[in-house]
Amino acid sequence: MANAVHIVVCAGIVPDPLQTLEPITGPNGPGLKNEMVLPAVLDPWAASALYEAASLAAKNPGSKVWLVSLGPKAKLQQVMMTVAQKVHFDLVPIDGPIGGFPDAHSTAAALAGAINAIPGLDKAKLLLFGGWESATRGAGVTLQLTGELLSITDQFQGVDQIDLRDDGSFEVLERVEGGKHQVSVCAGTPAVLGWATGNLAEPRNNPQVGMVNMRTIMPALQKAKPATLAANGLRYVSVGLPKQQRTTRVVKDLTPDQIAAELVEWIGAE
Amino acid sequence: MSADALNTETPAEPIDRPSMEVDIACAGFGPAMGGFLTTLTRAWSAHPEDPAFESKVAPGMPLQVLCYERADDLAAGVSGVVTRAQSIRASFPDLNPAEIPMAAEVKQERVLYLLDPIGASRRSLTLRVADAALRTAGPLLGLLDHAFELPWTPAFLHKHGGLVMSIGQFNQWVGSQVLAGGLVQIWPGTPVSAPIFSETNGKHDPAAEAVLGLRLADQGVDRSGAPADGFMAGMDVRAQLTIVGDGPVGAVGQALDARLGLPPGHARREWALGMKMVIELPEDISNPDALNKDALAKDAVIRNASGNPSPLQPGTVWHTFGYPEPEIFGFLYVHPDRLVSVGIFVPSWMGDPSRTAYRYLQHYIQHPALWRYLKDGTLRSWGAKSLEESGKRGEPFLAGNGFARIGEGSGSTNMLTGSGVDEAWATGTQLAEAVVELLRAGKPFDRKNLADTYEARRRASWVERGALEAQNARNGFHGGIVKGMIGMALAGLTGGRLSLGAHIPPAPKQIHLESSRLKIKNGTVLALADGRPLHDALLTACGWPEIPFDGRLLVSHQDALLMGGKVQAMPGFADHVVFRDIQLCISCTEMTCVAMCSGQALTQGADGMISFEREKCVHCGACLWNCALSPDGEHSNIEFSAGAGGLHSAEN
Repeated sequence: MANAVHIVVCAGIVPDPLQTLEPITGPNGPGLKNEMVLPAVLDPWAASALYEAASLAAKNPGSKVWLVSLGPKAKLQQVMMTVAQKVHFDLVPIDGPIGGFPDAHSTAAALAGAINAIPGLDKAKLLLFGGWESATRGAGVTLQLTGELLSITDQFQGVDQIDLRDDGSFEVLERVEGGKHQVSVCAGTPAVLGWATGNLAEPRNNPQVGMVNMRTIMPALQKAKPATLAANGLRYVSVGLPKQQRTTRVVKDLTPDQIAAELVEWIGAE
Repeated sequence: MSADALNTETPAEPIDRPSMEVDIACAGFGPAMGGFLTTLTRAWSAHPEDPAFESKVAPGMPLQVLCYERADDLAAGVSGVVTRAQSIRASFPDLNPAEIPMAAEVKQERVLYLLDPIGASRRSLTLRVADAALRTAGPLLGLLDHAFELPWTPAFLHKHGGLVMSIGQFNQWVGSQVLAGGLVQIWPGTPVSAPIFSETNGKHDPAAEAVLGLRLADQGVDRSGAPADGFMAGMDVRAQLTIVGDGPVGAVGQALDARLGLPPGHARREWALGMKMVIELPEDISNPDALNKDALAKDAVIRNASGNPSPLQPGTVWHTFGYPEPEIFGFLYVHPDRLVSVGIFVPSWMGDPSRTAYRYLQHYIQHPALWRYLKDGTLRSWGAKSLEESGKRGEPFLAGNGFARIGEGSGSTNMLTGSGVDEAWATGTQLAEAVVELLRAGKPFDRKNLADTYEARRRASWVERGALEAQNARNGFHGGIVKGMIGMALAGLTGGRLSLGAHIPPAPKQIHLESSRLKIKNGTVLALADGRPLHDALLTACGWPEIPFDGRLLVSHQDALLMGGKVQAMPGFADHVVFRDIQLCISCTEMTCVAMCSGQALTQGADGMISFEREKCVHCGACLWNCALSPDGEHSNIEFSAGAGGLHSAEN
């Protein structure tokens, strides 16, 4: 149990990126058209963090994983019916507003408050996981702010790998320019890790895992505390979709040489 | 080939399969299952202390009720609908359509006969003469945009007081309420491969058969289903009661039919492919016929630039017939927020093996009567689904030892009124009432008890009365469109007392071999020459004009697969479309399965081989009944089983 860690994964829910997403400006500021209509998924970046957390916990007996998520209770419940089949975790839901543009400080405060209230959480053993980026909420600072509110000063972003050592220290690989990783060694927990994609494939849906998770998820959802996020004077000037960089084509049966030639041509054009 | 030969149950295997026990296991989440779970949850939440609701497998806990849905989301893989909604309103007496995205009360219904404005459709001489007469008398009859509105809509078609809905949104709405109840778990992205049957020692006695639960699909397998990297055997979910609501092409329902057969005189021979687009109407008010920005307000009356109400108010319903082919019926439903669902039904009795859907749908929306409103619109979503149109005649055994069937797969769709959602929901509520009655009486879920409770409720209900009225209503269509319309009117106006007789051949036999070989050959040559899909090439070969793509609404089939939803297929599952006898496929010249494939997932190679790409399948099930060469004269040469993935559209 020397390396037992307590991992809290902060993961928002976002509209399924496969849907037609259309930014609009409504009375409450920017948002996505018909966002309540769109099915939600766990933010793919944070989902990577969750799978890495579960893998790390499995390798280090005595470890535990919590998933802290802020969103409308009904949507959280819907998303959990898929996520809960993948890996073991305890859900800490915060019943909050939908929409991709809340103030990061307010969101971080709500997350930190919920984390502080987790029974049995040993903050000395805490690894705070989350997405390095977000599929729709690109402020990119919420996780760092949450860590600061929890007084965690060791923070890593763009993480692809963590290895816990027997002495309680751990090695982290962070993405840097040029497709390389920066290797850091941290003396021990607590720490904040904003995950890139990691190295794990999405786990398969496992009904047994889902059944076990549901024993705690449903009661947690029923007791989810509401959170109101203050705007803190935040004002968005405009919102837009990322510009499409390349038109996707589906081409089959190309030879490796043809693929290589096309890549060379594409790189040359960039 | 006998029913036994088509049995999908696999023999005993050395796989160490995980298993768990629940009280009620459910396959498929649609309107029928929504009705079942809503009613059951309410009964429990009204009396949670009632010992009848205590789990047998987890004493001290409430009933363990699990529902498995194949699609990746409760909102995915379904369709838009107009429904009378009487059973839905009975469950939700205070239902406010505004709570359900894309729902609107039906306010106006029209029936339009569409003439062919371009002269490409295959019309009989009789129809051509009738069309000419209509055109001649057009000014007097109010002919507008090559469309003639029937002055009177028969009562059996009325949906007054009903709802226009997106079933995806409705499912999502119902699902969230059911889940919030706390009794039921609904697991999407979890295909069920088959029911678990009791051992019968080789004897096949439908009365003695018992269903013991559901087997989930294996994961981590190769295309053929053989274990591969990360193999995870599908779990056996054993239950006292298994509810089957996986639709007309669901794997569990098919396996039950294969194992038990159908009741005497029943057969599933009539089908249709429904394909539709969800279109956002243009805002441009400079066009006198386009829509005013006032229409943005939910449920607002849409007005044109002159201030007069547009025909396209939310809740407007159009039924059409006559175009793009006489056999193809169409619809237009107007949702709030300038959204419309527009689609067609291509029936199995349209015997031409060159039948197809997507290209026909593109021509349909360009008919002047529709294009007036749809032009400059944007495609938001698209989808397709097989409809089981045998109705009462295709009804399976509704209940047996340990199982009950509800919804479309149980033959509940009324083919006279063109109504299925309302009936499906009703069958779900009837079953839930029966289950509660049996739980309270402490009786087992055996064949007799389920028949005495569920089946008895259904037989005494409006669902059954409607089914009986409708069971012969469509007979005439097997003798042509005119005869079909007469037969439908006859049955509809006499409450089913009068109807036309017909011999309805199995679906494969409804495809007229030889009739279109030249067209198919030309279409195939064209498809292979320029890489276009067969359905597209066929209609070009048949003389239909090319589609003027605009990149927004008129887009290629492949683009439609990527717009407004996108097709997904999780890795690690077996192919769910399998050719039973590949030699039969190689000898086939009709290739109706390829032409009718909604996702272009079936394609023909230059060597004549047909291949299946799971990544493009929208799980419509059309291949199941669009097979001209049956191995046994009744069933398809294509096996359609449980698969994950499909369209991710939530607006269908």
